[in-house]
Amino acid sequence: MDKTYYSRFTRQALLLIASIALLAGCELPPNKTAQWGFRGTGMVDVEHPATMQANFAANQVPEGIPAADPSGPRASQVYKNVQVLGDLSAGQFTRVMLSISNWVAPQQGCAYCHNLANFADDSLYTKVVARKMLQMTRHINSDWKTHVQGTGVTCYTCHRGNPVPAYVWFKDEGPRTAMGYLGNRMGVGSPKPSMGNSSLPFDPFTNYLDNKENIRMAATTALPTGEDRQSIKQTEWTYALMMHFSKSLGVNCTFCHNTRAFADWKQSTPERSVAWYGIRMVRDLNNDYMKPLTEVFPAHRLGPTGDVAKTYCATCHQGVYKPLYGVSMARDYPELQGPSPSVVVAPAAKDSSEESSPKKNKKSRSNASAKLEAEIGSAAKTAAN
Amino acid sequence: MAMLNFEKKYRVRGGTLLGGDLFDFWVGPFYVGFFGVTTTFFAILGTALILYGASLGGTWNIWQINIAPPDLSYGLGLAPLKAGGIWQCVTVCAVGAFVSWALREVEICNKLGMGYHVPFAFSVAIFAYVSLVVIRPLLLGAWGHGFPYGILAHLDWVSNVGYQYLHFHYNPAHMLAITFFFTNCLALALHGALVLSATNPGGGQIVKTPEHEDTYFLDLIGYSVGTLGIHRLGLVLALNAVFWSAVCIIISGPFWTKGWPEWWSWWLDLPFWK
Repeated sequence: MDKTYYSRFTRQALLLIASIALLAGCELPPNKTAQWGFRGTGMVDVEHPATMQANFAANQVPEGIPAADPSGPRASQVYKNVQVLGDLSAGQFTRVMLSISNWVAPQQGCAYCHNLANFADDSLYTKVVARKMLQMTRHINSDWKTHVQGTGVTCYTCHRGNPVPAYVWFKDEGPRTAMGYLGNRMGVGSPKPSMGNSSLPFDPFTNYLDNKENIRMAATTALPTGEDRQSIKQTEWTYALMMHFSKSLGVNCTFCHNTRAFADWKQSTPERSVAWYGIRMVRDLNNDYMKPLTEVFPAHRLGPTGDVAKTYCATCHQGVYKPLYGVSMARDYPELQGPSPSVVVAPAAKDSSEESSPKKNKKSRSNASAKLEAEIGSAAKTAAN
Repeated sequence: MAMLNFEKKYRVRGGTLLGGDLFDFWVGPFYVGFFGVTTTFFAILGTALILYGASLGGTWNIWQINIAPPDLSYGLGLAPLKAGGIWQCVTVCAVGAFVSWALREVEICNKLGMGYHVPFAFSVAIFAYVSLVVIRPLLLGAWGHGFPYGILAHLDWVSNVGYQYLHFHYNPAHMLAITFFFTNCLALALHGALVLSATNPGGGQIVKTPEHEDTYFLDLIGYSVGTLGIHRLGLVLALNAVFWSAVCIIISGPFWTKGWPEWWSWWLDLPFWK
C-alpha cells in the first residue's frame, strides 16, 4: 500500500466517521406510529417507545383521598375567613385542604400557606395566592369546558407536587449583551426548550398569551393593502408559539393542521378547535387571575422584568396531548367544580377576520386523540411487560 | 442528428448480464437487452396502473390525480387494490423499471468497455426513491409511510412529513443535502460558463485550450481543479446531494421522532459552554 493511497484511505475513513458522528444522538427503531389524516397525506405521529414510556410514567395520577360526606355544617360556619370554599361541608373542606397540601406543598405541608398559630390568618402571601388559584380552578372547570371539557383540572394538573408549577413563563427580553445595537438579537436566536430549542423568537408568549394579538402567518392578500400588516415577523412569532404547542403536547404540527393550509379550518383536525379555546383560556387566566397577583408575590417569585409567572400550554399539558393522559381527577373532586355556572365565556365572536372562530365541532374528542390513545396504550403495555 | 449515427464497430454482441444473446439487439437507436424488455414491461404496467388509479380518483385534473399508499393499519402487508394496493403495485413497477434501466446501462457499459459511472450514479437516484417508498416504510413498519403518487399530493405529503419534525431545516442531513445541491449548481454553472467562454472567444479569434481554462481559475482563485477533476467534482457533489437527501428522510422517523431543532441539544449541551 503506497503512501498516497494510504492517506487517501485515511481521509475517506475520517470523512465516513465524521458523517456517522453527525447522526449521533438519534434514536433507534422500531418506533410507534399513529395516523389521523387520509392515507398518504403524512398526517402521522411517530413516537419513540422510550420517550412514550418515560412520559407515561411521569404523568400518572396520584392516589386521591376518599370522598367526604357533603352533609353537615358548612365550612364557612365551622372555620373563619373561608372566602371561596365556604359552600362545602366541613369534611369536604378538610379533604380539599389535605389534597392541596399533597398536590402543591407535600414537603412543606400546611405551614406553606398557613400561620400554624392561626389558620384563618392571611399574612402569608402563599395563602392569598392559593385562594385566587382555587377561584381560578373553579372558573376553569365551570366556564372553560370548551377546552377542558368533562376532564376538568385540579391543582395537581399544573403543580405536580411543586409549590410553583414546573412550567410557567415570564416576559423574556433576551440575553443581555455589552454590544449595544450590535448585540440586539431582535427577539430571535436564543434557543429555549419551551420553543423546542429552535432559533425562532424566544418570547412569543407576551404577544399572544398575555396581550391578545391575533395569531397570524401572512397577510391574506398578495399585495399590501396598508391594513393587513401581518408579515414575516408575525410568521416567526406564530411558529415559535406553535413550537411551544408541539413541545408541550408531545405532538407534531399535523395533530391540528394539515400543513398544506395551516389556517384553513376545514382542513384542520377537530383538535385544533380545542386548542383555539385553550389559547383564549390561557389569555383569560393570565390576565384575570395571574396578573392581579403581581403585587402579592414577593420579588423573588417575579420574572426578570418584575412580571408575575404566567401560564401556557406546558403548564398543564407537560409533554402530553391531554394532561395526565386525560384521566379526570376533577371528577373525584366536585369541590373544585364551580359553585354555580356563571356567565359562559363565548370568545368566538370577539376575534376578527379569517382565523377567528372554529365551527364548534360536536365530535371534537376525535380522531387524532383517539389514535394517540391507542398508540400510548400499546406503549404502556410494553412498559408493563 | 449527428448524435444518432453510429459506427458498426460499436454495436458488438455480448456484455449482457441476463438473457444471453436472446435480447441482444437494437431497435432503431436503442439497445434492447433483457432489461430493456423488463423496463418496458414495468413502465407500461406501472403507467397503466396509475391511469387505472386516476380513473377511480374522481378527477382527471393532472395536478390533483393522487395514487395514495395504504393506511398505516395495513402495516407491511398487502392492501386491497382500491385502498392502497394500486400504490403498492405501482411501487413494485417503478422499482422494477428503474433497476432494469440501471442494469441496461451496465450492459451498455460492458459492450463499450467503459466504467460503470453512469449506472452507479443512476443507482444513487434509485436509492433515494427506494429510501422513500421502501426503506423508510420498512423501518417504520407500514407501507403507508411512502409518499403518494400525485403532483400536489406528494407535495402535501412532503409538507406534513416535514412538519412532523417541526422544522426540517434543522435536520443535519437535510442541511448537507441542500448544501450539496447548491454547490453542485454552482460548480455546473462555473464549468459551463468556463467551457463556453473558452470556445467562444469572439469573432475571428482562435478557440482557446484547456490550458487557458486552467489558467483562468489559477489567476482567479489560485487553483484549478482541472478538466477531468471538474467532472469528478461534479459527480461527487451531485451524488452527495442525492445521498444525503435519502439519509435526511430515512433518519426522520426511524431514527428521530422529535422536532429537528431539538436534536441540536447535543451542541448546546457540550461541556465547554454548558
